[in-house]
Amino acid sequence: MFYIRCPYTNEYHSEEEFKPCGQAQIRRADSPVSTSDEQWGDYLFFRDNIRGVHHEMWLHLPTRRYFNVTRHTVTNEILETWRMGEEPRYQSDGRGGVIDTRADNDSEEVA
Amino acid sequence: MERYSGFGLVRHALSHHEQWQRMWRNPTPKRHYDVIIVGGGGHGLATAWYLAREHGVTNVAVIEKGWLGGGNTARNTTIVRSNYLFDESARLYEHALKLWEGLSQDINYNVMFSQRGVLNVAHTMQDVRDTRRRVNANRLNGIDSDYLDADGVKHLVPAMDCLENARYPVLGASFQPRAGVARHDAVAWGYARAADSRGVDLLQNTEVTGFLIENGEVKGVETTSGEIRAGRVGVVTAGNSSTMARMAGFNLPVESHPLQALVSEPLKPVIDTVIMSNQVHGYISQSDKGDLVIGAGVDGYVGYGQRGSYPIIEHVIQAIVEMFPSLSRVRMNRQWGGVVDTTPDASPIISTTPVKGLFFNCGWGTGGFKATPGSGHIFAWTLAKGRPHPIAEPYSMQRFHTGALVDEHGAAAVAH
Ligand SMILES: Cc1cc2nc3c(=O)[nH]c(=O)nc-3n(C[C@H](O)[C@H](O)[C@H](O)COP(=O)(O)OP(=O)(O)OC[C@H]3O[C@@H](n4cnc5c(N)ncnc54)[C@H](O)[C@@H]3O)c2cc1C
Repeated sequence: MFYIRCPYTNEYHSEEEFKPCGQAQIRRADSPVSTSDEQWGDYLFFRDNIRGVHHEMWLHLPTRRYFNVTRHTVTNEILETWRMGEEPRYQSDGRGGVIDTRADNDSEEVA
Repeated sequence: MERYSGFGLVRHALSHHEQWQRMWRNPTPKRHYDVIIVGGGGHGLATAWYLAREHGVTNVAVIEKGWLGGGNTARNTTIVRSNYLFDESARLYEHALKLWEGLSQDINYNVMFSQRGVLNVAHTMQDVRDTRRRVNANRLNGIDSDYLDADGVKHLVPAMDCLENARYPVLGASFQPRAGVARHDAVAWGYARAADSRGVDLLQNTEVTGFLIENGEVKGVETTSGEIRAGRVGVVTAGNSSTMARMAGFNLPVESHPLQALVSEPLKPVIDTVIMSNQVHGYISQSDKGDLVIGAGVDGYVGYGQRGSYPIIEHVIQAIVEMFPSLSRVRMNRQWGGVVDTTPDASPIISTTPVKGLFFNCGWGTGGFKATPGSGHIFAWTLAKGRPHPIAEPYSMQRFHTGALVDEHGAAAVAH
């Protein structure tokens, strides 16, 4: 069971108050007419599906607010929640580890 | 390989069952194989067996990071059926079901395939219309499929609450008599033993950590026990497929989600068929030991932890108790999760890839156990000939760019 902090109200609520909405920061492709089938398919169907640090969008159902979560998909540890339009602090290092973009030393791993 | 038979059982009893042979060797990896299969689940092992038997390709290794059949193969609720909606799916799953029917004899291993039938229950008028349509489509495809009304369901499953005021009223159901369940471990072990007997090397505790790719062509794999070279490589790693694809430099239209199941304490026989309800995401059968085997839905988010969330379990148990009020005081013994590789159209990917000689068989999501023999059979053909088997053609990953989806989501009571 997750307790997720809503970045707008700063309150923690249980997982069941939220709806997961998939990978975060997916840019809508331009008009299907001017986009190639390849790009359109990528936009609709292809996902990073990261084993490790994952950025994903969630919806808080009672307040209907969307926000983003950085979660480790193996341990389920939630590293941060952030508002739409903001940038995440933690990134995947591509090998299951975490990069803290605000640490003094860029390559330092926190988990 | 020692042949298993009833007579053999008696003979071994005389030596107190101390003389049984090992089921397969534990070989040291060769430096080169004709074909490497990554992933020693049911699908990978079946592929190895059909490569050896149907195509005479025996210089084959199956590379498994853990133990054989320890992935989703060992974690599933073993429902086998072929009553899918679309023609492409009908061909695929019915091909598998036909192979199931002779499997125990084929591989000389009792996979306990039990054709006790599967009911897909309809709870709403829309369910009823969809179910009728699917039953008709099944029949046109030569698949046994019947529509039962509420009385028919009640007759078949007396324990189910079929009253009009039930929380989830039963309006009807589809019934496939040839469907049923099988013993999941036996499927993995049986294929493993049969493949090993034809010379296939089963390399356990060996993880593939990368691919050797030269000029856009696969030359082998990197593993935790060193490089192993091969002419062709087939990847059958279920929930871990996106990670494997990334190692080879491309992306898959797949998301990995936890899916859970649980079993109860053993009971006397109460349910002699399989009941699935897509509306409430629950399905139930009773094993030969007497445990109720209950499957739930997936978690809505990506997860690789082989365990699922508590609300999902609560939800499925609520639904099962509503449908079977007499089970409300049964105690649950064990609960677990697997990581399933779901695709946007709920159909698998059996495909060539941007890397020459590298093939992927994945995306079976919540329902690939039933396909194990068929998947292995057509993937073996694909690996032997270097191009997709005709049944596999619609399942290319290209379809997510062309738009030619095989959209079984919801269409085929798709839960499992
Ligand atoms: C709870 C649950 C219930 C289910 N119920 C049903 C059902 O009722 N009916 C049905 O038809 N299907 C069901 N399924 C789905 C079914 O289990 C799967 O689709 C099917 O078993 C997949 O088989 P597989 O051989 O492809 O995968 P797996 O058995 O998962 O095998 C993949 C193997 O690849 C190995 N691997 C991964 N990465 C690497 C690597 N880098 N190197 C080496 N090896 C690697 C893994 O260790 C694993 O053993 C269920 C699944 C779950 C989790």
